Parts: sequence; structure tokens; C-alpha cells
Amino acid sequence: MAKKPLKRAVRNNLVGWAFLSLWTIGFIAFMAYPLVLSLYYSLAKVTLSGEGILVDFVGFDNYRQIFSSAAGFSFLQSVRDFALEILFKVPVITVFAIIIAVLLNQKLKLRGLFRAIYFLPVIIASGPVINQLINQGAATIPLVEELGIIDLINNTFTEAIAVPLGNVFSELIVILWFSGVQILLFIAALQKIDRSTYEAAMIDGAGPWESFWKITMPALKSMVTVSIVFTIINLATFSENKAILHIKNNMFALETGFGFSSAVAWIYFLALAVILGIAMLAIKLFMKEKVRR
Amino acid sequence: MMNPNVKQKIKHFLIGKNPSEGFIGRIVTYGLLIIIGFVYLYPLIKMFVYSIKDLEDLVNPTVDWIPTKLYLENYRTSWIVLNYGKTLMFSLLVTLVPAVLQTITTSLTGYALAKFKVKGRIIVFALILITYLVPSQIYMIPKFVLFDKFNILASAWAIILPATFGQGLSSAIFVLIFYQFFRMQPVALDESAEIDGANQFQIFYKIGVPLALPAYLTSFLFSFVWYWNETYISSLFLGENLYTLQLRLFNFQSQFNLATGLSQQAVNEAIKYSATILIILPVLVVYIIMQKWFVEGIDRTGVTGE
Repeated sequence: MAKKPLKRAVRNNLVGWAFLSLWTIGFIAFMAYPLVLSLYYSLAKVTLSGEGILVDFVGFDNYRQIFSSAAGFSFLQSVRDFALEILFKVPVITVFAIIIAVLLNQKLKLRGLFRAIYFLPVIIASGPVINQLINQGAATIPLVEELGIIDLINNTFTEAIAVPLGNVFSELIVILWFSGVQILLFIAALQKIDRSTYEAAMIDGAGPWESFWKITMPALKSMVTVSIVFTIINLATFSENKAILHIKNNMFALETGFGFSSAVAWIYFLALAVILGIAMLAIKLFMKEKVRR
Repeated sequence: MMNPNVKQKIKHFLIGKNPSEGFIGRIVTYGLLIIIGFVYLYPLIKMFVYSIKDLEDLVNPTVDWIPTKLYLENYRTSWIVLNYGKTLMFSLLVTLVPAVLQTITTSLTGYALAKFKVKGRIIVFALILITYLVPSQIYMIPKFVLFDKFNILASAWAIILPATFGQGLSSAIFVLIFYQFFRMQPVALDESAEIDGANQFQIFYKIGVPLALPAYLTSFLFSFVWYWNETYISSLFLGENLYTLQLRLFNFQSQFNLATGLSQQAVNEAIKYSATILIILPVLVVYIIMQKWFVEGIDRTGVTGE
């Protein structure tokens, strides 16, 4: 049989998949397979014993348990708290990051130094370090308590809203610690705007406020979405997140175990998907309303 | 009465042609940046100042920002409690190695997606996005069981292996960075190399990689930092006998008791702060040296998407 050179398209495919091979193996072994297994576990009672793991199929029992047991209830509560927290934290982080990015994008002296400082959080914000900051009180603004803002919030709102809102204020600095990457994203987007656009707008009589909404914001539009998705996922998977701790603690708890914990994780994923969906919708509506008019 | 010309000049000076360039605008800009920047630096400064205070300075209310002497005993204690030398080595092992391997694999993946019109490209993209969106907690448990079967639990392999196959920390983001970067490279270069007789792997190695150096550096640095700061995966997979520095900090109180034999109450904030500083230090050093690459890397890699 004569060896014919392969057609270009076929060869391209082969070489392409050769480059993809490592990722493909990884995806199957460390992502697809565990995901399927996790779905299976969530429908079973999993017990660890000396010989290995025993998997006992129980149908939707674990899911039912989430909505009927104490462990499940406290998980659901932490998801609700998280959703409310996001409602306050995400806008704060996004607006803050945009403001800082706009400031840092100007012609500044010591711009490098400022940027370096504002990027610090990304470098050192790990779970234990942030915990340390919170515990040692290095992360609160004394002013917030002195002005009685927390009291004011507690008196004005019902508990369900007052607690997360109060958290936002008392953890204001910690929240800022979560906006390093977002600031970078916005700076990158801002640098793509031609400065002459602003000059042209100014000649046409546009003030800074109009320029911001008509030039800056449209340019940041896609980045706002990226940044919000990143923020939500980042907050949702932060290792000190209460819902995450639930999943982890239930793994090795005697009465619940892997099965229940897997079910909790899937419910958490669904909740996260819903939250992300709502957020995307909200961004879309907001952008339609405010930007590009 | 003021001369209108002077008035104009003052106005120009204060507000400028463009508000952000006027004097007032400048003051507001710098003021905000300095104040908010201070918010970030404040905990660091506080931690550092407290970490060099001895017990006397700590309880003395008149000593606040300037300790009476440089007291390094806290650092010695933390060094012992953290078992710093050994733990640092292990931390570097589960940080540097996965960061390098993850960068290589994700670059191969990004290259394949950018340069070859492989069949199923869209599906691969979708799957990569999914891997980013699915919270790792969902597949952590089966992974745990899987690793247990492979006997790589409680060893550095549990961290290194997934990174090798492009399933490490935030791998999806790095694939996208490389995809964007390789896509921007002119095809003409590859074609001329091909005419000169280079095969696809030579083209990748000789043309793709050198041109994508900024993307490699950025990805490596982010990988490094994220692996360094990671605690969830490592606390789960490394078990109770292997510690990274972050995990030691997390259990500092009980570790303190074990290492010194003193009661946990003897841990004062100065000691804790010094431990935190010791843990931040390695990344801080890397950051200071490579600061430019961190901040400019994102622009250069074009993650913003054209």
C-alpha cells in the first residue's frame, strides 16, 4: 500500500487533537468522570469503611433530606445569606473597581506605584490571611461603628436584610480586598479607548458626566459582565464561604457523609446558576437602560 | 473687579480644559487614590508594626505606631511554630510545580484552539467554560475517592497531577488567555515556517512560544499566586500530616501549642501578625520583583477580547 500524504484538513485535525490530548485526558479523568460520579453519589448513601467505600443507592433521599433536616436547613440558610450578600457586595465591588480603574487610567505621577498597591489584594488575599485580617480587626473602619451605621441599619430593616447589609458595612474593607482582579480588567478595557474620543466629545460640548456614560461605560460594557461573573464565582467558591464549609463539613460528618454532601453541592451549583442567570439578566436590563442612549 | 482674563486663568488652573486635568480634579484624584490605597496598605503596616512589638509595647497604650524597640522574638516563635524552612519547601513544591505544568498544558490547549480548526472545537470551548463555572466542591468528593484509589492522596501528586492535565486552579482562564494571545499572532509566520519545512510542533516551539512570552509569564505568575493562596483543595487532599504555610497559619493556635508546649492563650497578636507576614513574604518578594509583569500582563495578553 502506497503511503499517501494525508489531506491538509485531516492532518490539521490530527495535530490539533495532539495538542489537545493532555487537556482531553485531564478533562475526562479529573472533570467528567468525577462529575458523573458525584451525581451518582448524590443519589446514594455513601459510607467509608475499612475495605473502602460502600455505595447504597437511595434515590432522591439526600435531596429530600436537604429540605427537611436540620443540616439541610442550615445549608439552605447559608445559601440565602450568600445570595443576599451578593446582592450588596457585587454592586459595591463593581462600582468601586470601575471608579478606581478610571482614576488609575488617568495620566498620573507614580502611576506604577498606585497600580502596584491596588493589585496587592490579589497577591495576598488567601482565606487564612483574610481571616487573620478580620479577626485582628485590621479590616474594619472604626468610623462605621462610631457613626452608628450598623445600629441604624438594624433599626430600619428586617433582620433578613439588616444582617447582610450590616455585614457589607462592617466588612467594607474586606470587600475591597476582593476587587483587585476586577480593577485590572477594567483598566485593560479602558486603555483601549482612544483619548481623542474624549476630546472630540468635549468639543461637541459633552461634560465629564456625559462622556463617562456615553464613551467610558459602553467600552466597559462587556467587561462589566466578565467582572460580575468573576466576582460571583470568586465569592461563591471562596474557601471561607459558609455554604462551602457546609459541603466540606458534611463530607466527614457521621450522619450525613459523601452522599448528602454531594447532593448539597449540586443544589449549591443550581443555586449558583440561578444567581448567575439573574445577575446576567439584571446587567442586560441595566445596560439597556443606562448605556447607549 | 477681577480682570476677566485672570478669572479665566484661575478657572483654567482650577478646573482645566478637562475637569480631570484641572487642579481640583487632580486633588480629588490623588486624594481618593491615596486614601483608598492607604486602606490596602493599612493592615499591612499595622501587621508589620505590631509584629515587632514585645509584650511590654503591646500592652502599653502610649505605644501605638512606633514600637520602642525592634523585637524579633515574635518572628523566631512563628518561624518555629510554622516550621518555616520545611513548610516553605513543601509549599513551593505544591505551588511552583503545578504552576509551571499548568501553564505549559493550558498553552498547548489554547494553541490548538487558536491555530487548528479541529472538529469539535466549539464543544471543547463549551466544556472549558463549564469547568470554570462548576464549583469545585461538586467534584471534590469523587476526586477524593479517585485519588484515594490511585493512592496519591496525602501527597503532592494530588495537587500536581490535575495541573499537569490542564485541570488545575482556574485552568480555564489560562486556556482563554493563551487562546486570545495565539489567535493574534499572524498566520503568515507559521506558513513561511511550514514552507521552510518545519513541522507543526517545531512551529509551536520556535515561533508560537517565543512570541507568546508575555502570556506565559502572566499565566505562570497568576498560577503561582493562586496556588500559593489556595487552601481548600490542599486542606482536603493533603490530609492531616502535610501542611502548606497557609494551612499552618490556619491552624496556628493549635500548632503553637504543639510546637512550644505553651498554652494556646500565650499566642498574642504580635506573634500571629509575624506569622502572617512570614506567609505573605514569599509572594510579596515575587510580586515586587515582577510587579511590572503582573500589572501590564493583562493588557498584553488581550484577555479583554477584541
